[in-house]
Amino acid sequence: MTSEHDTAGFLEELSRTSGEWLKGDGPDADIVVSSRVRLARNIAGFPFMTRADDDVRLRLVETLRRAVLAAAPDEGLQFINVALLDEMDSQLLMERQLISRELTVMDGPRGVIVGPGEHLSVMLNEEDHLRIQVLQSGFALQECWNMADALDTGIEASATYAFDEELGYLTACPTNVGTGIRLSVMVHLPGLRMTREIQKVNQAAQKINLAVRGLYGEGSQALGDFFQISNQVTLGCSEQELIENMHEVIPQIVGYERRVRELLCRENRQALDDKIARARAILTGARSISSDETLHLLSSLRMGINLGLVEDISIGDVNALFVHTQPSHLQKLHGGPLKTAERNAARASYLQSRLGSA
Amino acid sequence: MKKCRQCANQATLHITEVLDGQATEIHLCEKCAREYLEDAESLDTESIAADLAAKLQELQSGGDDDLGRMTCSGCGITLNEFREVGRLGCPFCYDSFRDELRPLLENIHEQVLHTGKRPERSAATHDDQTRVLQLRKEQREAILKEDYETAAVLRDQIARIEAMLHGGGDSSAPERESEDE
Ligand SMILES: [Zn+2]
Ligand SMILES: [Zn+2]
Repeated sequence: MTSEHDTAGFLEELSRTSGEWLKGDGPDADIVVSSRVRLARNIAGFPFMTRADDDVRLRLVETLRRAVLAAAPDEGLQFINVALLDEMDSQLLMERQLISRELTVMDGPRGVIVGPGEHLSVMLNEEDHLRIQVLQSGFALQECWNMADALDTGIEASATYAFDEELGYLTACPTNVGTGIRLSVMVHLPGLRMTREIQKVNQAAQKINLAVRGLYGEGSQALGDFFQISNQVTLGCSEQELIENMHEVIPQIVGYERRVRELLCRENRQALDDKIARARAILTGARSISSDETLHLLSSLRMGINLGLVEDISIGDVNALFVHTQPSHLQKLHGGPLKTAERNAARASYLQSRLGSA
Repeated sequence: MKKCRQCANQATLHITEVLDGQATEIHLCEKCAREYLEDAESLDTESIAADLAAKLQELQSGGDDDLGRMTCSGCGITLNEFREVGRLGCPFCYDSFRDELRPLLENIHEQVLHTGKRPERSAATHDDQTRVLQLRKEQREAILKEDYETAAVLRDQIARIEAMLHGGGDSSAPERESEDE
């Protein structure tokens, strides 16, 4: 059905465009970069991956591919045979958040089915037989769930899921059993990081069983100011209850970040202006730049746009730069592998082409 | 200087994870850290897997070796093997180890009764689901013993049940030939 040629064309196209969930629209998109719902599902009568040899895995890919494509025949879904991809191409899909790291490093028959605009991706033979993932720009968990739910119901028409009356959907890892759902939002909290208020966010989230994760540089140097907030419990609560739980805490964090930013604008305007102007100057003027410096500076620029201090660049453009300055995207654009130093130079010139004034 | 947790490179990034009110530091090189951040799923599973291993250790501390050798009839995995990898072998494991898994599930989720979405089919075919898992296990054992005749008979039986479970009806003729090898 889908030839290798189609896959090559699809990947080529991917490296030039960007996913719709990076557009920077949707509710609270200044602070909530993206929302994601992931459903873990397994097919009845098949062992989990730890006990599946290549024969079984191949049967699974066939069965799952047929079931998913039949569930949404008119959606223009693209199947990609991940087992046939070289490292650069599978990394490209990972940078794009269409597949997980686990799927890139594991062996045997496996694949991913991608929907138009990259809202939807379904991984086949990852830790579970199926991982249905829906991504949206901004704070839009309900929308993500509605889309995932509909596809899930459609798949069920031609495949029987492993399900237990008491324990719900059965998964390879007991941490996912029940609803098999993981809700997560990526939030951009430079204000809370700068004022060292982020710890309070952690504490608030823990009280209601949400996990907060962030990336930090050496010492106290913030790298990206991005945090992922997700549910930990999957059994004993309905999908809707878990969504409501997120709806209680995320708006509070968003409001908190906005208040801190206002305060910074009022009382530290000059320092803030300076920080953002410097970030822009380095991003457009550097001849060589590492990915962590890029992440750090793009974060400042992104906040500058949110605060109206930078007016000629859109949030969507900056969101896309986070993805397009990653190694496989740069190499795809270049048309071949690049060493670290070459990559840093390629990154600098790409940033200049995107952000530099004419 | 700390080494990266995923590879041998020098760790330059330190991720603080807060789970269950406990902050843990994870040391990674730049490349691995990017992968780690971008892929929240592996992040979930890796940190949880470590957590899980600790919880499993607690359960094991009863020191009952016979219990550890308990085997799932659907896939052949032992309770000890599960404790090592933190992953079950097949859906039937949840039946085979139901009592043993319960404290673990309570620990992770607090509640142990599913209240969310339900598939429309499934329950009625429970016995077939289990049967096909067992046939698959027998088939694998037959292949290991190079008893291809038995394996072929089992394969046909599996195909019949599969066709019933997963619709389509064409399962006896898989499109394997068209697949790129
Ligand atoms: Zn590393
Ligand atoms: Zn089993």
